[in-house]
Amino acid sequence: MSSPSSVYSKLLPMPYHTVLLVIVWLMLNSSIGLGHILLGLVLGIVIPWICAPLRMHQPGVKRPLKAISYVLIVLKDIVVANIEVAILVVGPMARIKPGFVAIPLDIHQDLPITVLASTVTMTPGTVSCDISEDKKWLYVHVLNMPENEQEVIDLIKSRYESRVKEIFGC
Amino acid sequence: MSFAIELVISFFLIVGGIFVLVGSIGLLRLKDLYVRLHAPTKATTLGLGGVLIGSMFYMHYAQGYITINELLITLFLVITAPVTAHILAKVALHHRVKMMQRTRNPHHVETARMQQAPQVLEDKSKDKDSNTIK
Repeated sequence: MSSPSSVYSKLLPMPYHTVLLVIVWLMLNSSIGLGHILLGLVLGIVIPWICAPLRMHQPGVKRPLKAISYVLIVLKDIVVANIEVAILVVGPMARIKPGFVAIPLDIHQDLPITVLASTVTMTPGTVSCDISEDKKWLYVHVLNMPENEQEVIDLIKSRYESRVKEIFGC
Repeated sequence: MSFAIELVISFFLIVGGIFVLVGSIGLLRLKDLYVRLHAPTKATTLGLGGVLIGSMFYMHYAQGYITINELLITLFLVITAPVTAHILAKVALHHRVKMMQRTRNPHHVETARMQQAPQVLEDKSKDKDSNTIK
Protein backbone atom coordinates (compact mmCIF):
# COMPACT_ATOMS: atom_id res chain seq x y z
CA MET A 1 0.00 0.00 0.00
CA SER A 2 1.47 3.31 -1.04
CA SER A 3 -0.78 5.63 0.92
CA PRO A 4 0.73 8.68 2.64
CA SER A 5 2.82 6.93 5.25
CA SER A 6 1.74 8.73 8.38
CA VAL A 7 2.25 6.94 11.66
CA TYR A 8 -1.49 6.80 12.11
CA SER A 9 -2.30 4.90 8.94
CA LYS A 10 0.62 2.54 9.61
CA LEU A 11 -0.60 1.78 13.12
CA LEU A 12 -4.28 1.50 12.24
CA PRO A 13 -4.59 0.63 8.56
CA MET A 14 -8.29 -0.20 8.89
CA PRO A 15 -9.74 1.90 11.75
CA TYR A 16 -13.37 0.78 11.26
CA HIS A 17 -12.34 -2.86 11.32
CA THR A 18 -10.43 -2.29 14.53
CA VAL A 19 -13.53 -0.86 16.21
CA LEU A 20 -15.68 -3.68 14.83
CA LEU A 21 -13.26 -6.37 16.01
CA VAL A 22 -13.11 -4.93 19.54
CA ILE A 23 -16.92 -4.72 19.74
CA VAL A 24 -17.41 -8.26 18.43
CA TRP A 25 -14.75 -9.56 20.83
CA LEU A 26 -16.50 -7.92 23.78
CA MET A 27 -19.87 -9.28 22.59
CA LEU A 28 -18.44 -12.78 22.25
CA ASN A 29 -17.22 -12.69 25.83
CA SER A 30 -20.28 -10.72 27.02
CA SER A 31 -18.17 -8.62 29.34
CA ILE A 32 -16.51 -5.21 29.36
CA GLY A 33 -13.73 -6.02 31.79
CA LEU A 34 -10.37 -4.28 31.37
CA GLY A 35 -8.67 -7.54 30.41
CA HIS A 36 -11.08 -8.22 27.61
CA ILE A 37 -10.85 -4.66 26.30
CA LEU A 38 -7.05 -4.95 26.21
CA LEU A 39 -7.11 -8.34 24.53
CA GLY A 40 -9.74 -7.08 22.06
CA LEU A 41 -7.56 -4.07 21.26
CA VAL A 42 -4.55 -6.30 20.63
CA LEU A 43 -6.61 -8.43 18.25
CA GLY A 44 -8.20 -5.37 16.68
CA ILE A 45 -4.79 -3.88 15.92
CA VAL A 46 -2.85 -6.99 14.94
CA ILE A 47 -5.48 -8.55 12.62
CA PRO A 48 -5.73 -5.43 10.39
CA TRP A 49 -1.90 -5.37 10.14
CA ILE A 50 -2.02 -8.85 8.68
CA CYS A 51 -5.08 -8.24 6.50
CA ALA A 52 -4.37 -4.72 5.18
CA PRO A 53 -2.14 -5.83 2.28
CA LEU A 54 -4.90 -8.15 1.08
CA ARG A 55 -7.50 -5.45 1.02
CA MET A 56 -9.02 -4.34 -2.27
CA HIS A 57 -10.66 -1.00 -2.67
CA GLN A 58 -14.42 -1.25 -2.18
CA PRO A 59 -17.04 1.47 -2.39
CA GLY A 60 -18.20 2.61 1.03
CA VAL A 61 -21.77 2.90 2.24
CA LYS A 62 -22.89 6.32 1.06
CA ARG A 63 -26.36 6.38 2.59
CA PRO A 64 -26.54 4.58 5.95
CA LEU A 65 -30.26 5.30 6.46
CA LYS A 66 -31.09 3.60 3.18
CA ALA A 67 -28.94 0.68 4.32
CA ILE A 68 -31.00 0.30 7.50
CA SER A 69 -34.29 0.36 5.61
CA TYR A 70 -32.81 -2.17 3.15
CA VAL A 71 -31.94 -4.51 6.05
CA LEU A 72 -35.51 -4.23 7.38
CA ILE A 73 -37.02 -4.96 3.95
CA VAL A 74 -34.75 -7.97 3.55
CA LEU A 75 -35.59 -9.25 7.05
CA LYS A 76 -39.29 -9.03 6.21
CA ASP A 77 -38.67 -10.83 2.92
CA ILE A 78 -36.74 -13.57 4.71
CA VAL A 79 -39.76 -14.29 6.90
CA VAL A 80 -42.05 -14.31 3.84
CA ALA A 81 -39.56 -16.51 1.96
CA ASN A 82 -39.49 -19.01 4.79
CA ILE A 83 -43.26 -19.35 4.87
CA GLU A 84 -43.55 -19.59 1.07
CA VAL A 85 -40.80 -22.18 0.79
CA ALA A 86 -42.19 -24.14 3.75
CA ILE A 87 -45.60 -24.37 2.06
CA LEU A 88 -44.00 -25.43 -1.26
CA VAL A 89 -41.83 -28.04 0.42
CA VAL A 90 -44.65 -29.66 2.36
CA GLY A 91 -47.11 -29.48 -0.56
CA PRO A 92 -47.16 -31.72 -3.64
CA MET A 93 -43.86 -31.88 -5.53
CA ALA A 94 -45.62 -31.48 -8.89
CA ARG A 95 -46.21 -27.83 -8.04
CA ILE A 96 -42.51 -27.01 -8.04
CA LYS A 97 -41.29 -25.61 -11.35
CA PRO A 98 -37.58 -24.84 -11.02
CA GLY A 99 -35.52 -22.92 -13.53
CA PHE A 100 -32.47 -20.75 -14.13
CA VAL A 101 -32.48 -17.08 -15.01
CA ALA A 102 -29.65 -14.76 -15.90
CA ILE A 103 -30.00 -11.30 -14.41
CA PRO A 104 -28.22 -8.41 -16.12
CA LEU A 105 -26.38 -6.35 -13.49
CA ASP A 106 -26.07 -2.58 -13.36
CA ILE A 107 -23.54 -2.64 -10.51
CA HIS A 108 -20.02 -3.74 -11.23
CA GLN A 109 -18.04 -3.58 -7.99
CA ASP A 110 -17.40 -6.67 -5.90
CA LEU A 111 -18.94 -5.59 -2.61
CA PRO A 112 -22.33 -4.41 -3.97
CA ILE A 113 -22.59 -7.56 -6.10
CA THR A 114 -21.81 -9.72 -3.07
CA VAL A 115 -24.49 -7.94 -1.07
CA LEU A 116 -26.98 -8.38 -3.90
CA ALA A 117 -26.13 -12.07 -4.42
CA SER A 118 -26.45 -12.79 -0.70
CA THR A 119 -29.79 -11.00 -0.58
CA VAL A 120 -31.03 -12.99 -3.56
CA THR A 121 -30.10 -16.21 -1.79
CA MET A 122 -31.82 -15.20 1.44
CA THR A 123 -35.10 -14.11 -0.15
CA PRO A 124 -38.15 -15.80 -1.72
CA GLY A 125 -37.31 -18.95 -3.67
CA THR A 126 -34.07 -17.82 -5.32
CA VAL A 127 -30.44 -18.94 -4.92
CA SER A 128 -27.60 -17.17 -6.69
CA CYS A 129 -25.42 -19.72 -8.49
CA ASP A 130 -22.69 -17.97 -10.38
CA ILE A 131 -21.57 -14.70 -11.85
CA SER A 132 -20.09 -14.02 -15.24
CA GLU A 133 -16.43 -13.07 -15.48
CA ASP A 134 -17.16 -9.56 -16.69
CA LYS A 135 -19.53 -9.09 -13.70
CA LYS A 136 -22.46 -8.27 -15.92
CA TRP A 137 -24.66 -11.32 -15.35
CA LEU A 138 -25.82 -13.03 -12.19
CA TYR A 139 -27.11 -16.56 -12.63
CA VAL A 140 -29.96 -17.40 -10.29
CA HIS A 141 -31.79 -20.64 -9.64
CA VAL A 142 -35.49 -20.08 -9.02
CA LEU A 143 -37.48 -22.61 -7.01
CA ASN A 144 -40.83 -21.76 -8.51
CA MET A 145 -40.69 -19.94 -11.83
CA PRO A 146 -43.67 -17.90 -12.91
CA GLU A 147 -44.78 -18.37 -16.52
CA ASN A 148 -42.90 -15.28 -17.56
CA GLU A 149 -39.33 -15.33 -16.31
CA GLN A 150 -39.02 -11.60 -16.85
CA GLU A 151 -41.13 -11.13 -13.70
CA VAL A 152 -38.35 -12.61 -11.54
CA ILE A 153 -35.71 -10.43 -13.18
CA ASP A 154 -37.79 -7.28 -12.80
CA LEU A 155 -38.57 -8.06 -9.16
CA ILE A 156 -34.92 -8.56 -8.22
CA LYS A 157 -33.79 -5.52 -10.19
CA SER A 158 -36.41 -3.13 -8.87
CA ARG A 159 -36.69 -4.41 -5.31
CA TYR A 160 -33.06 -5.12 -4.43
CA GLU A 161 -30.60 -3.96 -7.05
CA SER A 162 -31.87 -0.40 -7.27
CA ARG A 163 -31.64 -0.09 -3.49
CA VAL A 164 -28.14 -1.57 -3.31
CA LYS A 165 -27.13 0.88 -6.01
CA GLU A 166 -28.43 3.81 -3.99
CA ILE A 167 -26.76 2.62 -0.78
CA PHE A 168 -23.33 2.36 -2.34
CA GLY A 169 -23.91 5.38 -4.55
CA CYS A 170 -22.69 3.73 -7.74
CA MET B 1 -41.07 -16.92 35.48
CA SER B 2 -44.68 -16.09 34.82
CA PHE B 3 -46.94 -18.15 32.59
CA ALA B 4 -47.04 -15.48 29.89
CA ILE B 5 -43.26 -15.48 29.56
CA GLU B 6 -43.20 -19.25 29.35
CA LEU B 7 -45.85 -19.05 26.64
CA VAL B 8 -43.79 -16.59 24.60
CA ILE B 9 -40.65 -18.71 24.95
CA SER B 10 -42.45 -21.89 23.93
CA PHE B 11 -44.03 -20.09 20.98
CA PHE B 12 -40.64 -19.09 19.61
CA LEU B 13 -39.15 -22.53 20.28
CA ILE B 14 -42.03 -24.30 18.54
CA VAL B 15 -42.05 -21.98 15.52
CA GLY B 16 -38.27 -22.39 15.25
CA GLY B 17 -38.55 -26.15 15.59
CA ILE B 18 -41.23 -26.35 12.91
CA PHE B 19 -39.09 -24.45 10.41
CA VAL B 20 -36.01 -26.59 11.08
CA LEU B 21 -38.19 -29.67 10.64
CA VAL B 22 -39.59 -28.36 7.35
CA GLY B 23 -36.03 -27.68 6.17
CA SER B 24 -35.10 -31.29 6.84
CA ILE B 25 -38.27 -32.57 5.17
CA GLY B 26 -37.34 -30.45 2.17
CA LEU B 27 -33.89 -32.05 2.01
CA LEU B 28 -35.54 -35.44 1.99
CA ARG B 29 -38.37 -34.80 -0.44
CA LEU B 30 -37.00 -32.46 -3.07
CA LYS B 31 -35.64 -34.04 -6.19
CA ASP B 32 -32.37 -32.46 -7.26
CA LEU B 33 -29.48 -30.62 -5.68
CA TYR B 34 -30.42 -27.14 -6.86
CA VAL B 35 -33.94 -27.41 -5.53
CA ARG B 36 -32.71 -28.95 -2.29
CA LEU B 37 -30.51 -25.94 -1.70
CA HIS B 38 -33.60 -23.81 -1.18
CA ALA B 39 -34.90 -25.74 1.80
CA PRO B 40 -32.03 -25.57 4.30
CA THR B 41 -30.79 -22.10 3.38
CA LYS B 42 -34.15 -20.57 4.10
CA ALA B 43 -36.07 -22.75 6.50
CA THR B 44 -33.04 -23.04 8.74
CA THR B 45 -32.40 -19.32 9.04
CA LEU B 46 -35.85 -18.59 10.41
CA GLY B 47 -35.86 -21.84 12.39
CA LEU B 48 -32.62 -21.02 14.14
CA GLY B 49 -33.76 -17.41 14.48
CA GLY B 50 -36.83 -18.55 16.40
CA VAL B 51 -34.80 -20.79 18.70
CA LEU B 52 -32.31 -18.01 19.35
CA ILE B 53 -35.03 -15.47 20.18
CA GLY B 54 -36.54 -18.02 22.57
CA SER B 55 -33.13 -18.49 24.14
CA MET B 56 -32.69 -14.73 24.60
CA PHE B 57 -36.06 -14.45 26.35
CA TYR B 58 -35.21 -17.39 28.57
CA MET B 59 -31.82 -16.05 29.55
CA HIS B 60 -33.30 -12.66 30.29
CA TYR B 61 -36.13 -13.84 32.49
CA ALA B 62 -34.69 -16.98 34.08
CA GLN B 63 -31.05 -16.03 34.50
CA GLY B 64 -31.59 -12.31 34.82
CA TYR B 65 -29.08 -11.05 32.27
CA ILE B 66 -29.16 -10.16 28.61
CA THR B 67 -26.97 -12.22 26.33
CA ILE B 68 -25.71 -10.77 23.09
CA ASN B 69 -24.20 -14.00 21.83
CA GLU B 70 -27.50 -14.90 20.18
CA LEU B 71 -27.35 -11.71 18.11
CA LEU B 72 -23.83 -12.60 17.04
CA ILE B 73 -24.89 -16.13 16.07
CA THR B 74 -27.71 -14.65 13.96
CA LEU B 75 -25.30 -12.21 12.34
CA PHE B 76 -22.76 -14.90 11.43
CA LEU B 77 -25.54 -17.14 10.16
CA VAL B 78 -26.93 -14.41 7.90
CA ILE B 79 -23.46 -13.72 6.54
CA THR B 80 -22.36 -17.32 6.00
CA ALA B 81 -25.55 -19.11 4.85
CA PRO B 82 -25.78 -17.39 1.41
CA VAL B 83 -22.07 -17.91 0.77
CA THR B 84 -22.36 -21.63 1.48
CA ALA B 85 -25.39 -21.93 -0.79
CA HIS B 86 -23.63 -19.99 -3.54
CA ILE B 87 -20.52 -22.18 -3.40
CA LEU B 88 -22.60 -25.38 -3.37
CA ALA B 89 -24.59 -24.22 -6.39
CA LYS B 90 -21.41 -23.22 -8.18
CA VAL B 91 -19.77 -26.59 -7.55
CA ALA B 92 -22.94 -28.33 -8.75
CA LEU B 93 -22.83 -26.31 -11.98
CA HIS B 94 -19.22 -27.27 -12.55
CA HIS B 95 -19.95 -30.95 -12.02
CA ARG B 96 -23.04 -30.76 -14.26
CA VAL B 97 -25.15 -32.27 -11.52
CA LYS B 98 -28.33 -33.76 -12.90
CA MET B 99 -31.37 -31.57 -12.58
CA MET B 100 -35.09 -32.11 -12.65
CA GLN B 101 -36.53 -32.79 -16.09
CA ARG B 102 -38.74 -29.76 -16.04
CA THR B 103 -36.06 -27.26 -15.04
CA ARG B 104 -36.43 -24.25 -17.28
CA ASN B 105 -33.52 -22.67 -19.15
CA PRO B 106 -30.96 -25.43 -18.56
CA HIS B 107 -28.83 -23.88 -21.29
CA HIS B 108 -27.74 -21.28 -18.72
CA VAL B 109 -25.67 -24.00 -17.01
CA GLU B 110 -23.17 -24.14 -19.85
CA THR B 111 -22.49 -20.43 -19.91
CA ALA B 112 -22.66 -20.09 -16.14
CA ARG B 113 -19.96 -22.67 -15.53
CA MET B 114 -17.70 -20.90 -18.01
CA GLN B 115 -18.61 -17.62 -16.29
CA GLN B 116 -19.63 -16.13 -19.61
CA ALA B 117 -22.61 -14.03 -20.57
CA PRO B 118 -25.73 -16.06 -21.33
CA GLN B 119 -26.48 -17.05 -24.89
CA VAL B 120 -29.67 -15.64 -26.24
CA LEU B 121 -31.39 -18.58 -27.84
CA GLU B 122 -34.47 -16.77 -28.97
CA ASP B 123 -36.53 -13.75 -28.17
CA LYS B 124 -35.93 -13.30 -24.46
CA SER B 125 -39.46 -12.47 -23.44
CA LYS B 126 -40.75 -15.52 -25.21
CA ASP B 127 -41.31 -18.55 -23.09
CA LYS B 128 -39.19 -21.42 -24.16
CA ASP B 129 -39.86 -25.00 -23.23
CA SER B 130 -36.45 -26.48 -23.06
CA ASN B 131 -35.06 -29.97 -23.00
CA THR B 132 -32.56 -30.98 -20.40
CA ILE B 133 -28.89 -31.44 -21.05
CA LYS B 134 -27.93 -35.12 -21.09
